[in-house]
Amino acid sequence: MKPLLLMLALTFASPALADSSLPPAYWANRQLSDAQKEAQAQALMEEIRCLVCQGQSIADSDAELAGDMRDLVRRRIEAGEKPSAIRSWLIQRYGAWITFMPPSEPTTWPLWLAPFALLVAGAFVARARLKRRAAP
Amino acid sequence: MKKLRFVPVVLAALVIVALVWRLAHPPDTDVQSAMVGKAVPAFVAPAALPGNAALSSANLADGRPKLVNFFASWCVPCVGEAPVLAMLEQQGVPIVGIAVRDRPADLRQFLSDNGDPFARIGSDPESRVQLAFGSAGVPETFVVDGRGIIRLQHIGPIEPGDVQDLIQAVKEAK
Repeated sequence: MKPLLLMLALTFASPALADSSLPPAYWANRQLSDAQKEAQAQALMEEIRCLVCQGQSIADSDAELAGDMRDLVRRRIEAGEKPSAIRSWLIQRYGAWITFMPPSEPTTWPLWLAPFALLVAGAFVARARLKRRAAP
Repeated sequence: MKKLRFVPVVLAALVIVALVWRLAHPPDTDVQSAMVGKAVPAFVAPAALPGNAALSSANLADGRPKLVNFFASWCVPCVGEAPVLAMLEQQGVPIVGIAVRDRPADLRQFLSDNGDPFARIGSDPESRVQLAFGSAGVPETFVVDGRGIIRLQHIGPIEPGDVQDLIQAVKEAK
């Protein structure tokens, strides 16, 4: 009896949703009619981090808050605001963390220099190996 | 050259140690608002319940420090937080609410079930006020001083143990 009850309970259980019952914001899943503006919005949305699914951009995330952020981006671009202004508005509120393109400042210099440093280190390793092979 | 042979092994071991350490100590996913210390962004939020008081940034610079509570009827931790907010209100802390993505009918039900400690409730159907505050979810609570400067952000539900600290923060925000 117990397993059956448990099965029934699971069948009719509904997940505890952490989402509102309101529909997505107007511009959340709707493209701007001006293709150039939509392209600008898309580029910015791919660069802005979702506050909920923090490894995803707001362009990729299904979170409600990401939808509201896409609405914010498209609405402002439609109104003629520059993407850079919207980006700095968000950085003012959430810090540089909010963008996947962190600004170049002393704390992020290692991040920007790392690829070049690794490339140089790799070149040295390769050179040593090739030398060894050339002179057996 | 022979000495260098173990370098890859050591590097791999370091990577594994780092990964295990990260698994044991998951990073803090709370998003801190960068607006703490700055003025409340200008906003006008219509009344969340028809006929009740609306909320705007002007109401937050009226000389009295306040708690600004972002909540929603669909937010489960907000139910747990409600009695603690009631406690704060009884102790004389003015509280205003921002109802995020909410419907009047749901909100009315929530307030009649869990109590209404709010002097005003503004409606924020597209999370615009929430984003303007640098807030990332519900529930979140901000201490705003009498001049309308954000002084503190409390992320997540307020626990009974946080009451004294918040009362102190509101007192200091004069």
